Amino acid sequence: MKQEEENFAKSDHFNLTMIPGKFARAMRTCKIWQFFRFLVINIKMLIVVSKSH
Amino acid sequence: MARLIVMGGGVSGHTTATFAKKWLGDDHEVVVVTPNAQWNWIPSNIWVGVGQMQKKDVVFPLAPIYEKAGIDYRQALATEIHPNGKEGSDQPYIVIQSTKEGEEGKTEELEYDYLVNATGPKLNFDATPGLGDGKGQMGTNTVSVCTADHAVHANLELKQVFEKAKKGERQKILVGTGHGMCTCQGAAFEYIFNIEHEARKAGVRDMLDIKWISNESFLGDFGMGGLHMKVGGYAVSSKLFAESLYAERNVDWIIGAHTSKVEKGKIEYELLDGTKHEEAFDFAMLIPPFAGVGFKAYDKDGSDMTDVLFAPNGFMKVDAKYDAGAYENWKASDWPRTYQNPTFDNIFAAGIAFAPPHLISKPMSSPNGTPINPTPPRTGMPAGIIGKAVAHSVCDMIKNGKSAHLHEASMAEMGAACVASAGKGLLDGTAAAMTVYPVVPDFEKYPGTGRDTDYTFGEIGLAGHWIKHILHHMFIYKAKLKPGWTLIPE
Ligand SMILES: Cc1cc2nc3c(=O)[nH]c(=O)nc-3n(C[C@H](O)[C@H](O)[C@H](O)COP(=O)(O)OP(=O)(O)OC[C@H]3O[C@@H](n4cnc5c(N)ncnc54)[C@H](O)[C@@H]3O)c2cc1C
Repeated sequence: MKQEEENFAKSDHFNLTMIPGKFARAMRTCKIWQFFRFLVINIKMLIVVSKSH
Repeated sequence: MARLIVMGGGVSGHTTATFAKKWLGDDHEVVVVTPNAQWNWIPSNIWVGVGQMQKKDVVFPLAPIYEKAGIDYRQALATEIHPNGKEGSDQPYIVIQSTKEGEEGKTEELEYDYLVNATGPKLNFDATPGLGDGKGQMGTNTVSVCTADHAVHANLELKQVFEKAKKGERQKILVGTGHGMCTCQGAAFEYIFNIEHEARKAGVRDMLDIKWISNESFLGDFGMGGLHMKVGGYAVSSKLFAESLYAERNVDWIIGAHTSKVEKGKIEYELLDGTKHEEAFDFAMLIPPFAGVGFKAYDKDGSDMTDVLFAPNGFMKVDAKYDAGAYENWKASDWPRTYQNPTFDNIFAAGIAFAPPHLISKPMSSPNGTPINPTPPRTGMPAGIIGKAVAHSVCDMIKNGKSAHLHEASMAEMGAACVASAGKGLLDGTAAAMTVYPVVPDFEKYPGTGRDTDYTFGEIGLAGHWIKHILHHMFIYKAKLKPGWTLIPE
């Protein structure tokens, strides 16, 4: 069984939500992808910060 | 020469005092009254609480910073406000009580022309039997990460739990809110996932049952009524993402819960449906509810006028609409803009110290009449922005007279960027990076979600952790008033 699918059975709560698969989880700590996301998130945050001051 | 007194040297008060001094120069006096000798970057207490940082990494001494800035620093608790002065003098003043080593308890009267209350929250542990020690401090049944010292203690207790787990003893960890009217769910959220992350690193995850308990009516409410984000072409509720993270990390949850009693190894709680339950634990971190710090205010003749300045919860009244009534009538415009006290135009409140007009989340209570809903959060960014706006207003009043235009910083018109750690590690850490715009939803302007979904987003990953780590260093650098500090936004 795929690792992410195991947790669905652990609780009724878990069964009714979504759980990321291997690829989505790997991307969260993939350094190259996360470097790109770092730039994107910073830009988004700076826009919100500048709208708030 | 005018004198501004800032009560409270935390995120908001430190911002107010340092900017006011910069703008006023030596022509006017800025005094900070705060009981702590050290400034604490509170968000990083989470990492102290799991042993990933030490206390010295999150605090620094205030005295040299204020000396360098030319700010008069009094290490003391402010206890009384006398906004009309006393018999024979119209000069308003406050009473302070020293907390400085060797001078503890010594009282002094300090006259002011302008007063800013930035005293943040009282950690009201005693609101829940067994959560406090009955003397206003944290009890011995649970731990907290609200102060750096609490976090140091929490880490010591957590390490013992990990040791037992290593020896094969199954351990139950409970993290969340210690009362039906708590705020600051974000801090508990960070702590539970940091524990989970550390448990995996320590190889004891399989021996731990980790459970969340909170007063939110749905996961991902965070006291802001949740938020909607655009992901994969959908606009979705934070509920879905929060539930997904809990399920992925095998953290079960109890929501809509008022923790009514805490004992050694056990809590009692009531749910929104009125049913009552118990939950056992080996280690619990439960956030206490917040209240105002408990000032007294007196009129010239010595009569008590605390209720003129303060709401019943102890937070200071400002220019908010406090009579908005039922949830259906709530509007974004109920939220304060200038943070000026309606009775005394030389008194302001900044950060957590101001009394919000009402909740942000939908009010809820059990059939037994127990209110179970998060109270509104006022996180670091709004606390800083409000502190700066108040400093601006006071400086303009001092320089241009009391009719000067006041600066505005409504939480219904400002956004907030928030990064919630889900585990620390330069290469394997993660954090949920979020922005909301505005903090308080405005359903007239943004029907449907109450917020602008172009500027409200969230995603979890290593990048968020890098940002959280950089923010830690950036805000401590700023608070130390190092070169270029004014360029770093709040
Ligand atoms: C564990 C934890 C994690 C958090 N993480 C985040 C995060 O990641 N991001 C975020 O944006 N926010 C976070 N927050 C919230 C953030 O810390 C607060 O929003 C912020 O500290 C509020 O600023 P404040 O100045 O109003 O209050 P505080 O920072 O609490 O400052 C209040 C000050 O007043 C002083 N004081 C108290 N009583 C008196 C008195 N009688 N007289 C004089 N001084 C007094 C106190 O000692 C304190 O120095 C977190 C909070 C906690 C507890």
